[in-house]
Amino acid sequence: MSEARKEFWRWKEYNWHNPDLDWRAGKIRSAGVDVGSVSSQAVVMVDGELFAFASTRTGADSPMSARKAFDWAVEGTGLTLADIHYTVGTGYGRVNVPFAHKTVTEIACHARGANFIYGPGVRTVLDMGGQDCKAIRCDENGRVTSFLMNDKCAAGTGRGMEVFADLLGVPVEETGELSLAVDEEPEPVSSTCVVFAKTEAAGLLRSGWPREKVLAAYCAAMAHRVVLLLERIGVEPEFAITGGIAKNAGIVRRIERELGVRALSTGYDTQVAGALGAALFARALAEKGR
Amino acid sequence: MVTAGIDVGNKNTKVVILDGDRILARYSRPTGFGQKDALREAMAAALDRAGRRWPDVAAVVATGAGKNEVDFARERITEVGADARGALFLVPAARTVVDVGAEEGRAIRLDTGGRVADFAMNEKCAAGTGSFTEAMARALEVELDELGPLALKSTRVVPMNAQCVVFAESEVVSLIHARTAREDIARAVVDAMAGRIVAMTRRVGAQGEVVLAGGVARNAAFVKAFGEGLALPVVVPTAPEYVTALGAACAAREKTGDGGKAHV
Repeated sequence: MSEARKEFWRWKEYNWHNPDLDWRAGKIRSAGVDVGSVSSQAVVMVDGELFAFASTRTGADSPMSARKAFDWAVEGTGLTLADIHYTVGTGYGRVNVPFAHKTVTEIACHARGANFIYGPGVRTVLDMGGQDCKAIRCDENGRVTSFLMNDKCAAGTGRGMEVFADLLGVPVEETGELSLAVDEEPEPVSSTCVVFAKTEAAGLLRSGWPREKVLAAYCAAMAHRVVLLLERIGVEPEFAITGGIAKNAGIVRRIERELGVRALSTGYDTQVAGALGAALFARALAEKGR
Repeated sequence: MVTAGIDVGNKNTKVVILDGDRILARYSRPTGFGQKDALREAMAAALDRAGRRWPDVAAVVATGAGKNEVDFARERITEVGADARGALFLVPAARTVVDVGAEEGRAIRLDTGGRVADFAMNEKCAAGTGSFTEAMARALEVELDELGPLALKSTRVVPMNAQCVVFAESEVVSLIHARTAREDIARAVVDAMAGRIVAMTRRVGAQGEVVLAGGVARNAAFVKAFGEGLALPVVVPTAPEYVTALGAACAAREKTGDGGKAHV
């Protein structure tokens, strides 16, 4: 593979911690680690308050990816794994979190995380991950009441967007904004399959469409795809989106438009919602153990 | 007088020139944008190879995804109808035709009279098409025609979980990182592909003999896995990717009343 070529799909890894929070003063320090097929997140909470998190790429080795995410989240805080009372693993690779005390499904974790991020009014959660997409209904406690999932097909997932970022030569983080820079909405790309949509998009580019118009057509198709999933489960407000794609305004605006429902907004990082839910479960389990 | 069939596929355009029961020439070139001029050029090149000229052509029939772009065709027929005719021309005892092209897979069951009794198509998803093997060859960094021979060297069965081309690509990369032998990955790819086509073929109630057409039929490992999976005798014609174009040429021959009964 050529290393010289710029990899537009390559989203940035990041970490964050709250420097004003003294973790040593906390009674229960819990961690949640979400090992997804594309990215891994770790969240550390101190007495139910968000203390630190990181989002990294999942490597070939899931246990290592889990550890990498955790270590990076607590980097520079003085906190180590030994200081954590309880850890919950979740995500596609949840069985590969060797330091987890327990595993919980990512469906449950995303509902719980969304409940924390967006508040108890959330009834419908759309989690748009790297290689899957889930429509989840939940109650005021963030407990799952029903869900639907697509994990068989890349259409409507972050991976599909990465493929398009590469095709168009647009950094994946910028695809959403750029797709909104059109005067008029084009017809959505007609192919469902990402491979065929790519061929279709290449044809549109050759016929003279600017990149933003092609992106708009793809975002519309992707939004339509997930709206079908949402409609099958039924959307009850309040509605929230989690996962990496929640940061893509081009997708979010078009989902809202098609559904006729606004998605809640937040200052929290939506990509760590699953790990955050896991950390909340970890806290509850630690309390129960006391 | 000769007849011609032109199959404008998603990837390649194929032309077959037929003189009665004799195939005079086969010609293939990338479809590209499928512009009308390029299609005329393909036709001219095929005629050149056959040693004939435009006035010698009694009729042209077009088929394939881009058949409507062929403005010199007397008629257009479906790929299913073309596949049936082409397979019967080559293998008169054929009861099932399976055609796996670049962006479409088809399974067709023929009745005892050679008419289409049932068919199934994969056109929405790239997983059961040539795009799948192409993408996987790219991920493995081998040429497409090396994938089959590589897979045949495999001694170990490695399961592939992903069906989607995009996800399977990531899975292949993970397998490479996990130091899985390349021949075993190649086999996993071919087996996964064959599994999908076998399932589609079963859906139409396949019977022997099965004619396997399309470019993917050139992959020996695929042919082996497909035959084993289906447990029916499988015949691969000499130039499998030309079966559809040949069928169109047969349909053109029917138009001229020059032998050949209408099968479909």
